[in-house]
Amino acid sequence: MLRLDLDASKVRECHELAESIARKVNEELSGRSTVTIERTVARLFGVEGVAPSGVPLANVLVDHLISLGRLEDGLAIHLANACAALGLSPEEVAEKVATKEVDFGSLPWLGVEESRAKARELAGAGLAKIRERRKEREELLEAYPVHGKPWLYVIVATGDICEDIIQARMAAAQGADVIAVIRSTGQSLLDYVPHGATREGYGGTYATQENFRLMRAALDEESKRLGRYVRLVNYCSGLCMPEIAAMGALERVDLMLNDAMYGILFRDINAERTLVDQRFSRMVNAYAGIIINTGEDNYLTTVDAVSAGHSVVASQFINYHFAHLSGLKDEQIGLGHAFQIDPNIEDSFLLEMAGALLVRELFPSCPVKFMPPTVHKTGDIFSAHALDASFNLVSVMTGQSIHLVGMLTEAVHTPLLMDRYLSIRAAAYARTAAKRLRCELSLEKGGIIERRAQEILDRALSLLRDVEGKGLFRALEEGVFAGISRKRDGGKGLEGVFTKGPNYYNPVEEALKEQLGIE
Amino acid sequence: MKPEMNVEMRGENKHLILPYGDHHGDGVVQVSFTLPLPDGPLGDEAARQVMRQMSLADPQVAESVPLGENYTFYVGYGKLARPVDVTKLKVARPLWDKIDPVQVERLVNERLGRPIVVVGAATGSDAHTVGLDAILNYKGFAGDHGLEAYSCFKVVNMGSQVPNEELVARAKEEEADAILVSQVVTQGNVHLTNLTNLVEILEAEGWRDRVVLVAGGPRITHALALELGYDAGFGPMTRPQDVASYLAQEVLRRKSLY
Repeated sequence: MLRLDLDASKVRECHELAESIARKVNEELSGRSTVTIERTVARLFGVEGVAPSGVPLANVLVDHLISLGRLEDGLAIHLANACAALGLSPEEVAEKVATKEVDFGSLPWLGVEESRAKARELAGAGLAKIRERRKEREELLEAYPVHGKPWLYVIVATGDICEDIIQARMAAAQGADVIAVIRSTGQSLLDYVPHGATREGYGGTYATQENFRLMRAALDEESKRLGRYVRLVNYCSGLCMPEIAAMGALERVDLMLNDAMYGILFRDINAERTLVDQRFSRMVNAYAGIIINTGEDNYLTTVDAVSAGHSVVASQFINYHFAHLSGLKDEQIGLGHAFQIDPNIEDSFLLEMAGALLVRELFPSCPVKFMPPTVHKTGDIFSAHALDASFNLVSVMTGQSIHLVGMLTEAVHTPLLMDRYLSIRAAAYARTAAKRLRCELSLEKGGIIERRAQEILDRALSLLRDVEGKGLFRALEEGVFAGISRKRDGGKGLEGVFTKGPNYYNPVEEALKEQLGIE
Repeated sequence: MKPEMNVEMRGENKHLILPYGDHHGDGVVQVSFTLPLPDGPLGDEAARQVMRQMSLADPQVAESVPLGENYTFYVGYGKLARPVDVTKLKVARPLWDKIDPVQVERLVNERLGRPIVVVGAATGSDAHTVGLDAILNYKGFAGDHGLEAYSCFKVVNMGSQVPNEELVARAKEEEADAILVSQVVTQGNVHLTNLTNLVEILEAEGWRDRVVLVAGGPRITHALALELGYDAGFGPMTRPQDVASYLAQEVLRRKSLY
C-alpha cells in the first residue's frame, strides 16, 4: 500500500492552529451580516422572481429595507410582518414592494414576538424544501449507484444552457461522473443573481435557478438511462455566495465551488464580505448535503510551484476548519489541490505524487479534488494529452476522490466535443487499468516522495503558526497565499457588509445552527 | 529515392511549400473534427467530403468514434494538392529583434537609466488573467520569467475586469511608458469594441502618443492590433521575452535612444 510516514503530532498541530485561525475570524465577524445573506433569507422564504424592471425581487426587498434605514434588523422580521399584516405570501409582498404598492414603513407592526414567529414559520417551509431535495438525492444514489473512483469531473461552458445540456449528456454517457457548468466570466462580481434560462454568456453560462433546474432535470434523465447518478456542479462563490448556495440547495445541485480565499485572492473580493458570506453559505451547503470544492488548485498558477507548495496545504487546513465550523461533515469537504510542477524538472512526476499523496493522507475522509497541472500546457495539444495521461495515473495511484479531467486544449479554448471525449477516455483508462496499483506499491523510506511530502508538511506547519500569530487578515495583507496581497478594507463588495443591530433576527441561520449542531 | 535527389528537388522549388508527412512533397495533412451525424457510412462520406472541401485529395477516415447524442468524431488524413507559394505571402510582424533578458536589462539601464513603467489589465468584463499574468508576473510562462522579474521594468498589474477609464487613469498616474491590454473573451466580438474604446479614450485625453499601446490574447494578431490603432499585438505562443524585447526597443526608439 502506497503510504507516507507522516508525523501525527505535526498533523494534529496543523489542525489545532487552523481551527484557531478560523475561529478567530468567525468571532471577529460574528456581529456582521451582508446584503446577500438577507437576500438569501428572502429566497428561502420563497421569493424567486424578478420585478418588471428585471431586478430580482430579493434585491428589491433588501434595497427597500436599506431605503428605510432598517437593514440592521435583517430582512426576515420585516418581510414576515408584511406577510402577516397583509395576508400575502413573501413573493406577493415582494411584487407589491416592487410596484410601490406596499411600503414596510407604513404597515402595522405586529411586535417582535409575532413577527419572529411568522419568520420562523416561513424559514421552516424553505428548509423543508431543501430536506426534500436532499432525500431525493439519497434515493437516486441508492437506485443509481456510482462505482468508479475517482469520480471523473468535466466542464461544459458554451454560454447557452441548451447547448450545455446536450454536451453534458454526451459527457455523462462517455463516462463523466460529475458535470460542472462553468459560469459566465464576470458573474462573480455581480451583486445579484441573474434570472431565468440564459442562452448567452461569456466564457461560460450564467448561474441561475432556472439553469440549475434545467440541467439537473436533463442529468436525472441521463442518470436513469445510464443507471449511474451523474452529479452537477456549480459555483457559489463571488458576491452572491449564500444566495447561489440556497438556489443550488433548492434545485439539487450536488457540488458547489465555495471558497472565500479564492474570491479574495483571484477576484479581489473584499475579505470581510466574502468570509461572512462563506460562513452562512456553508451552513446552507451543509444542510443540503452538498459537497463543497475549495479553490487551492489555483494558488500555484501565480507563484512558483516547488517553493510555494506548502501554501496549498496550509490553506486547505484553514478551509477545512472554516467548513467544519459551518457544520459540513468530512465527506462534504472537497478540498482542491494542484501542484503545478514544471514537467521539465527532473523527477517532477515524483513531486506531483508527493503533493497528491500528502493531501490524500492529511484529509482521509474528505472527497479531495485533484486537478492535473494546467499552467505548463501550450498549444501543443498532443504533448498536453500525454501529460494529462501521466497525471491520470497520479490521481488513481494516490487515491483521489474527485478527478478534474485535464483537457488537451486547456491552453487554447473551452473544450470541443472531441476534446472532452478524448480526455474522459484517457482518464477512464487509468482508472480501470491501474485500479489496484496503489495497493501493490510501497514507498522507499526516506526517498524523494516521502521527503518532499514531509517538507511540504513542515513548511505548512510553520506557515500556519505564522498566520495564527498574526491573524488571517494580516496574513492576506502580507500576500502569504498565492503571492497576492489583499487589504482588509480593499476589494469589491465591502459596502454590502453591515453590523447587526439590537433587533437583528435571522430565522434561517438560527434553524441551521440548531439542526447542524453548531455554535 | 536517394537522399541527394531529395535535397536537389527541394532546391528547385523551395518557394513552393507543401506539408511534410513522411517524405518531401507528400502534402499530408492530419485533421480531426466532429460532425452532427450518427456513426455510419453516411457520416464517413460526409467526413471525406469535409476534407475534399478543405482542398485535401485522397481523403481517408482513419477512425470514426460515436460521441453520443448522434455526434461522431473523425480522425482523417488527406493530401494538400496545391502548394503554397511563400513568395506571394505578406506577413505583418513587429519590427524588433528578440533579445535575451540580460541584454534587455543592459539596454534599458544604460540608455534610459530608469525602469520602463508598464501598466497592464484585462479590460471590460474579462475575468481571464492567465495570459496577462504569464507576461507580467514574476513566474512567467514556460520557464520564461515575466516582466516583474526584470529590474528594468516597473510593472503595475491591475488584474481583471478593469474598466478602460480606470486603466487610463492609472496609466496617467504612474506616468506609464506602455499599456498592455489583455482580451481573452471574444464572444460577439466584445474584444474589438473594448480595444477600440480604449484607443478613443486615450486619444480624447491626449495620451495616445505618450504610451506604447499593446494588445494581447489568443485571438489577437499583430495585423489586427495595428488595424485597431495599437502599436503591437501579441497572440498565442508569445513568451514574456518577446514582449520585454519589444517594449525595450520601442520605448528607446521613441526617445531616439535605439
